[in-house]
Amino acid sequence: MAKTLREVAEKAQAVSLVTVTIDGREVRVPEGVTILEACRMEGIHVPTLCYLEGLSAWGGCRICMVEVEGQPNLVASCVTPVREGMKIWTSSKKVREARKTNLELLLSNHPLDCQLCDRNGSCELQELAYQFGVREIRFQGERKVYEVDQSSPSVKRDPNRCILCGRCVRTCREIQTVCAIDFANRGFDTVISPSLGLPLGESVCVNCGQCILACPTGALSEVSHVEMVWEAINDPEKFVILQTAPAIRVSIGEPFGLPPGTVTTGKMVAAFRRLGFDRVFDTNFAADLTIIEEGHEFIARLKQGGKLPLITSCSPGWIKFMEHFYPELMENVSTCKSPQQMFGAVAKTYYAQKLGIDPKDMVVVSIMPCTAKKFECQRDEMCASGFRDVDFSLTTREAARMLKEKGIDLKEMPEEDFDDPLGISTGAAAVFGATGGVMEAALRSVYEILTGKTLERLDFYSVRGMDGVKEATVDINGMEVHVAVAHGLGNARKVLDQVKAGRSKYHFIEIMACPGGCIGGGGQPIPTNLEIRMKRIEAIYQVDRSLPLRKSHENPAVQRLYEEFLGEPNGERAHHLLHTHYVPRERM
Amino acid sequence: MFYRAHVLVEMTSSSVALGAAQVKEQLEREIARAGLGNEVKVLETGSFGAALPSPFVVVYPDNVIYAPVSVRDVRRIVEEHLLKGRVVRELLFAGERGGGVATFIPPSPLKKEKRVVLRNSGLIDPLNIEEYIARDGYLALAKVLTEMTPEEVIEVVKRSGLQGRGGAGFPTGLKWEFTRKAEGEEKYIVCNADEGEPGTFKDRLILEGDPHSVLEAMAIAGYAVGANQGYIYVRAEYPQSIRHLEVAIAQAKERGLLGERILGTSFSFDVKIRRGAGAYVCGEETALLESIEGKRGEPRVKPPYPPQKGLWGKPTVINNVETLANIPPIILNGPDWFRSIGTPTCPGTKVFTLTGNVNNLGLVEVPMGITLRELVFEIGGGIRGGHGLKLVQTGGPSGGTMTPDLLDVPMAFDTLPRYNSALGSGALTVIDDTHCIVDIVKNFAEFFLHESCGKCTPCRVGGKRIVDILERISAGAGSPEDLEKLRYLGQHMKATAFCGLGQAAPNPLLRCLEFFREEFEVHVREKCCPQGVCTMRPKPQPKKTVRV
Amino acid sequence: MNTPFVYQDIEEILSRYEKEETPLLCILEDIQEKWGYLPRDVLGYVARRLGIPSSTVYGVATFYAFLEVRPVGKYVIRVCKSTPCHVRGATDVLEALKRELGIREGETTKDGKFTLEVTSCLGVCGVAPAMMVNDVTYGNLTEERIREILALYRE
Ligand SMILES: Cc1cc2nc3c(=O)[nH]c(=O)nc-3n(C[C@H](O)[C@H](O)[C@H](O)COP(=O)(O)O)c2cc1C
Ligand code: SF4
Ligand code: SF4
Ligand code: SF4
Ligand code: SF4
Ligand code: FES
Ligand code: FES
Ligand code: FES
Repeated sequence: MAKTLREVAEKAQAVSLVTVTIDGREVRVPEGVTILEACRMEGIHVPTLCYLEGLSAWGGCRICMVEVEGQPNLVASCVTPVREGMKIWTSSKKVREARKTNLELLLSNHPLDCQLCDRNGSCELQELAYQFGVREIRFQGERKVYEVDQSSPSVKRDPNRCILCGRCVRTCREIQTVCAIDFANRGFDTVISPSLGLPLGESVCVNCGQCILACPTGALSEVSHVEMVWEAINDPEKFVILQTAPAIRVSIGEPFGLPPGTVTTGKMVAAFRRLGFDRVFDTNFAADLTIIEEGHEFIARLKQGGKLPLITSCSPGWIKFMEHFYPELMENVSTCKSPQQMFGAVAKTYYAQKLGIDPKDMVVVSIMPCTAKKFECQRDEMCASGFRDVDFSLTTREAARMLKEKGIDLKEMPEEDFDDPLGISTGAAAVFGATGGVMEAALRSVYEILTGKTLERLDFYSVRGMDGVKEATVDINGMEVHVAVAHGLGNARKVLDQVKAGRSKYHFIEIMACPGGCIGGGGQPIPTNLEIRMKRIEAIYQVDRSLPLRKSHENPAVQRLYEEFLGEPNGERAHHLLHTHYVPRERM
Repeated sequence: MFYRAHVLVEMTSSSVALGAAQVKEQLEREIARAGLGNEVKVLETGSFGAALPSPFVVVYPDNVIYAPVSVRDVRRIVEEHLLKGRVVRELLFAGERGGGVATFIPPSPLKKEKRVVLRNSGLIDPLNIEEYIARDGYLALAKVLTEMTPEEVIEVVKRSGLQGRGGAGFPTGLKWEFTRKAEGEEKYIVCNADEGEPGTFKDRLILEGDPHSVLEAMAIAGYAVGANQGYIYVRAEYPQSIRHLEVAIAQAKERGLLGERILGTSFSFDVKIRRGAGAYVCGEETALLESIEGKRGEPRVKPPYPPQKGLWGKPTVINNVETLANIPPIILNGPDWFRSIGTPTCPGTKVFTLTGNVNNLGLVEVPMGITLRELVFEIGGGIRGGHGLKLVQTGGPSGGTMTPDLLDVPMAFDTLPRYNSALGSGALTVIDDTHCIVDIVKNFAEFFLHESCGKCTPCRVGGKRIVDILERISAGAGSPEDLEKLRYLGQHMKATAFCGLGQAAPNPLLRCLEFFREEFEVHVREKCCPQGVCTMRPKPQPKKTVRV
Repeated sequence: MNTPFVYQDIEEILSRYEKEETPLLCILEDIQEKWGYLPRDVLGYVARRLGIPSSTVYGVATFYAFLEVRPVGKYVIRVCKSTPCHVRGATDVLEALKRELGIREGETTKDGKFTLEVTSCLGVCGVAPAMMVNDVTYGNLTEERIREILALYRE
């Protein structure tokens, strides 16, 4: 896997430096870095398309070409290491023309209908064409025309807009280790194709949407629920309830120009209220509920010698991954539904009763950072109440688009509160949005429930941050409880293989399909990269710190829900509504 | 058993394509029918060099060559020659018909010929290791293993000045040295027998006619660089080569010339065959490695080069078949002997394959430095049908374009680049002046479009746009700007493509645009094809949607 | 294709390469040799057995010109279109084949006997124009010779 800039910098400490000349300026850079990395370290911009930080370099798009004195051909800076004495020109006439021509060639096999495209405004191809001043396509010729693949519940593939940069393929392979898609055919006929040439919906794709984040163009996007949601909102017969996931409040500002990491909870609530939802609730309420259920499940397994380690279940991408690749660990996975589904199940039973509404007239819409949630809400298992727990699931991007369509500028909104009672939540629920958050929230509650003591230090720093696999040991009543946290399915594999081989010491494992957790989910605003992920994570902990209640079992609304409706945690009704089961799936 | 006569049948892919297998069967049947089964033995042999029409049959020890032979001719050869001892004159090889009895090698049928890599082709039964051994086969390996250190072997190869015959002409000794010096326990020798360059079939004839020479060389290379495993990557189009290699490997192993502890020394070396599956780009060395690794044949990022990181990430030598076939004679005869052949800066011989519109098709091995005129007009017997010469494409579409003004340039790796040309694989495709330059250039471009791996933009899309423009021109819809666009795209592709395929693909286009400017201009200005080849009628483009 | 018998045959092919590193291409070639093409189920089976993602297996199977992922005729005719054959009449050969078989390139005859494809140099340019029928090469093609050759396969 390619180095992140941070690793490059670390390497710089360890290895010797070489002197190169970039655009006439002599600089010293670490030996072994690529020309592109050297340029970026020196603050020199070189455009790229197929290169993406964190993935192996590919060298196919030929946009990052630079001139190296003494070499007859231009070289691709993203795959060429620097050499002592190299003289590099990054914007000579030859270089600029070559880059522009490659853009033109890509565009000559492209629909050129940005107005009809999901990525209009956030497309790297469009942006580069603008920057390079492409005003005509000199090289016209046959264009490939493909069917759009709408078979997946989550990811729409439009090969017509694909520029074959391979970023999706490498993301799926290197970060997620799912390998649902790869190049097929060759030459001008080359395409990105799911397993065995089948539609994506029939493949091992786990719907995580990370490939969408990686895609520079509109070739990959979410399957949209926007029209259905508008229809529900406009239908006077329907009572439309919204829930917003923990990770949305720290990212939805971005499409409106707010810097990454801005907390927008109050403005977000106000904005969605104005969009026409009858109630604006918080998935965080259900996250607290999840902790109660999952915490008790863990305590029960711990006490009664049940299957350990217990593995969290709130990431539907991870769940499908498990069903395909680790069905032997099925019993380790918590039976708890994800917060999205728990919310729906509670809304269409408890809340519908409370309001005296027929659940068939109730529509539950979620706004999620996640594309896998679209798949999850359509799973057969997800209608314990007799109705779909959740009817429609929008990504952050779709939600922002709806606001813009209605002319709502999030920045200008007043601060408002979520509706009662499904809008009340704690800091423990807030941290669900970041990797390690579910674990941290669970530990806060499990500790107190098991020991009966108040936890003094609520912050479990060792499970936070962007390291791929994190671990911690917590002393609970003299027992050492070992926990691990993995985010990104490639990292998850490392932990799961240990469990499978019987070499794991862990009691409790949190797994999130998306790098960084849900703040880096496949439905989040584009761009989503390492830097932005870290800013969103910071914001998540800021939300946690700002809340008066920071432990799930202290959530009064959740307590009331048990008293009035559910009974005991993990009790019969809770089990019926809030838990689910899994199915083994084809492995390849 | 003693046989009074041997009948050698040429068994190569091209001769089989012309019925050699049936000729052999018929010979065996007729010999048995004539009761000669205990006296005369039928053997297979490799190719014999240029100017022999396939399939040919040699009767030994009479040194009589019949060529070409069809199934119908067999009975007469058996009844007249083998039974009654009378040569069948009408069936003799045309070049020798006057003299009556053809002379078997030596002397060779061609005066300019100098056989180093083809030293055994046509002379021995490739399926019988004894015949190879009888002609000093595996002696070089024995010498290397018992008398020389690996460093000495590399030194000899370096001093010989041998340059890779796969097209790029990289010094073989240096490549071996890099690989020897690279860190790593495991190393590999890979023989590139993908031979996809149109017009090239020399490697096939070496493998079919003398497979042991390549195996021996691979073992020597293995000893020199410290590798114990070799792979031969043979294209799927060459089933006959694969068959001969399989037999040769088995025989060599049986005699302890491959496998564990070769010739009782501590050196072990094994060779395995890997088959291609129809992809020209897999001739590019790193794409070839990808293919052996069971992946799509997409070229790798270089550096690292194969001597540092090759097959499965291990240091690897990749050499062409012809390069390797030079190794045993160099070891036996010494570097100075090799340097005495060819030119001072480009020693040795080169196998050329004559294809296209020449009178004599086939291959010939001659010293480096020979001129195109000698090759085409003396050895090749001139242009077919008395037509004029338009151009000779050397080294296949990715090589060089030699126009009639360059006929006297000496052919070598270092000379041709001075004329924006390249020796490449040694393919010579002669094109006569009845052909249209737009059509020819389009044919080259279509080849690259068909063979592009699709990884990089300039080759995948640029290559397609070049074909699109050429199609437009040949359909009478071209404009003068299209010529400038072609030139621009060609240069762009050269400068920005990822691998050698895309970088070399525009070579013929660029050269022809210059040299045949007028002919191109007539196409776009007057919408007319002087040779009457282009249709000059636009064809409708069907639109279809594909599901992927 | 789902009969256990077929999978036994695939197992037999897989067992040939047990000791080989990265034998995917070899296995696909052998399977193709036996069944003429690579059925989707078989590709999936091979992927599972080798522990290679099926998307990767499909990518390999569609990269190489000699591997087919769609059913083809009993005999695949590959006509060489490279320059040495082109300048000796490869276009006429292709046209003659199209006429004789009544199909265009890339198509298969209705009786499932012949598939017509164009290919790059077969390495027998000494007898150009040339073609391959499955793994047998034919050279010095004329319209008459094409008819003779087709007759061999038609019976
Ligand atoms: C597109 C392309 C195709 C090639 N095809 C062949 C080939 O068919 N046979 C070959 O020996 N070398 C071929 N080469 C050259 C090889 O990459 C490599 O240089 C060669 O095998 C090295 O062997 P040598 O040093 O003995 O020549 C090809 C190169 C390119 C770029
Ligand atoms: S992918 Fe980008 S360039 Fe292409 S149509 Fe969409 S927005 Fe425009
Ligand atoms: S959604 Fe996830 S699993 Fe599916 S193709 Fe994209 S990256 Fe792979
Ligand atoms: S789908 Fe997107 S990420 Fe994947 S290759 Fe195409 S343009 Fe690149
Ligand atoms: S130039 Fe590019 S597309 Fe063409 S064969 Fe090489 S890597 Fe593939
Ligand atoms: S960014 Fe370097 S080649 Fe694509
Ligand atoms: S799994 Fe989809 S956002 Fe976390
Ligand atoms: S060009 Fe047709 S066989 Fe070589």
